[in-house]
Amino acid sequence: MVFLILAAAFLLIVALNINTGNVRISVREIWRIIFLKSGDPVKYNIIWRIRLPRILMAAVLGGALSLSGFLLQTFFANPIAGPYVLGISSGAKMVVALTMIFFLKRFGSFSSVTLITAAFIGSLLSTGFILLMNRKIEHMAALLVAGIMIGYICSAVTDFVVTFAEDSDIVNLHGWSQGSFSGMSWNHVKFAAALVGITFVLTFFLSKPIGAYQLGEEYARSMGVNVRLFRVALILLSSIFSACVTAFAGPISFVGIAVPYLVRQSLNTSKPLIVIPATFLGGAVFCMMCDLTARMAFAPLELNISTVTSLFGAPVVIFMMLRRQRGR
Amino acid sequence: MAEHYFRTQGLSVGYNGKTLIHDINIGINRGEIVTLIGPNGSGKSTILKTLTRQIRMTGGKVYFEEEDLQKMPNRELSQRMSVVLTEHTRPELMTCRDVVSSGRYPYTGRLGLLSEEDVRKVDMAMDAVRARDLENRDFNLISDGQRQRIMLARAICQEPEVIILDEPTSFLDVRYKLELLSILKSMVRKERITVIMSLHEIDLAQKISDKIVCVRGEKIFRYGAPEEIFKEEIIRDLYGIDNGFFDPCFGSIELPGPQGIPEVFVLSSCGTGIPVFRRLQKEDTPFAAGILYRNDIDYEAARLLASRVIAEEPFCEISDRSFEDALQMIQSCRRVIDAGVTIGICNRRMKRLIQTAEESGKMERWPR
Repeated sequence: MVFLILAAAFLLIVALNINTGNVRISVREIWRIIFLKSGDPVKYNIIWRIRLPRILMAAVLGGALSLSGFLLQTFFANPIAGPYVLGISSGAKMVVALTMIFFLKRFGSFSSVTLITAAFIGSLLSTGFILLMNRKIEHMAALLVAGIMIGYICSAVTDFVVTFAEDSDIVNLHGWSQGSFSGMSWNHVKFAAALVGITFVLTFFLSKPIGAYQLGEEYARSMGVNVRLFRVALILLSSIFSACVTAFAGPISFVGIAVPYLVRQSLNTSKPLIVIPATFLGGAVFCMMCDLTARMAFAPLELNISTVTSLFGAPVVIFMMLRRQRGR
Repeated sequence: MAEHYFRTQGLSVGYNGKTLIHDINIGINRGEIVTLIGPNGSGKSTILKTLTRQIRMTGGKVYFEEEDLQKMPNRELSQRMSVVLTEHTRPELMTCRDVVSSGRYPYTGRLGLLSEEDVRKVDMAMDAVRARDLENRDFNLISDGQRQRIMLARAICQEPEVIILDEPTSFLDVRYKLELLSILKSMVRKERITVIMSLHEIDLAQKISDKIVCVRGEKIFRYGAPEEIFKEEIIRDLYGIDNGFFDPCFGSIELPGPQGIPEVFVLSSCGTGIPVFRRLQKEDTPFAAGILYRNDIDYEAARLLASRVIAEEPFCEISDRSFEDALQMIQSCRRVIDAGVTIGICNRRMKRLIQTAEESGKMERWPR
């Protein structure tokens, strides 16, 4: 049922997204342009070169981001964990910024693979640090604080680099570091979709141990889960997801926390077999919606995607914390 | 020893390579209930965690039907052994049925989908702990007792040969304690499952276990059948009790009785004295009890609580000496309480005693 609603929302948002913009294009025209590939060449270009890739990217990355959050929440057994909160996005951002400047200076350009690799390394760096802290600190709150601190440090380094970078680099970097789905090409989309797709399948096949892990580490082990291997897999997969997002769209906040929570609550279950695909779908819808808002709210000015996700996401997090308190 | 179904050989356990308890040698037969008792922090949990491979053993071997536990593959172990832990798990948004179903994990395929067979096993496990009515409830919103039953059902539907439980009765009230243990007991009898657990309630341990392992400090303090273990001195030493008693007869524990020269003399028989003893104990009034036959239930209580007991051998006539002692006691005490004495042929001298007390004017009746 929830799946149906999500799927319907997905289609609706896609249509709405294509439909609206500085140039309005009617639904009939969209239909003709997409499925018959005919119509006004200007509008044709707008749809095929600008709006479609952007929408798809928002969908793919939104899903990836939500799942990244979901995996981290499983790992830490804490619904407040997420790539942004734990400083993983910031770590990725830092390494990407460094790489960008370096590559621009040396070669004048960089490829998607370079970006993703850089982001992945950055994610792992932060995650590794958090894991190290996790060994020393038993308390979850302290761990979150550690994550936030890491986020600050990485942001500071990034800012530092940006301050001393050349103007031409900054333009590039600045737009990116705020997070946005704009300027996506089909190549980006293909690459991201492939990577996220594979990771998604791997995650899906992890549902069984994720389910066992929900009862806690000890029980999981007693059911025959190789806990150590499983935890490594969780971290790697969630890092790939968040790296992919950060590389293409910059750090995006709150989606990773808000979406899995909303999905779980509305499904009223935490069975991973259901929650994983639903989270992906929910993340896609959420991000497309936010992207639409970002584009349209003050058109022709465009907002950062994080501005919008925070605006929608943060209240959800607050609400969730209040509810948890009451549940105790 | 080689015949034992589950045994440890020179096992030592501890954390991070540091050994806490050395040289554990225990042999367990199939279908036995083995209970670990001992003071807090003595290492009961550490032993259980080692047996379930939650932590690495620091030395020695554990054999599970002559198979080295250390070398057993995860999946095989999980199909033969399941656990119930003390820690509360609070999984989000899982129904009780979800929790129980997770016990089928070792038997399901890649995606963990339950077959009809699995669903049937889950039903059976929930029936076994009488928790079928809870199946759709949120696991976080049920009581501790219910939760523990669900966790037991989870362990049962894992179809193990051995169930390991770490203090399964903590946080439970009397009714749930009894319920849980009786479910365990019937399961052991029906399915020939072996149970290894730790308990805080020594009285229950005494009554349910086939073997008792006493854990204290660096080694296994005692190991044997409950009859051998549940002696006053052993329990006192095991727990270092210096302010109370353990009564091996009923498995009950007693606070220390009031000390000093008896101020009250209690005449009783056949259990009429016990409430009086307790009242005096609470008032902290030293008292004497008599004349009690050694097979009288009052004698057991008086032995631990009274500062002086005038006792007589079972079924004998009251001797002159005891009678004299009792008369003296009436003399020296401020009060004499008649809690109700059944008088027969052997103890007819009690009649005289009561008369004497009446005449002295110190006599009180109980209940007042």
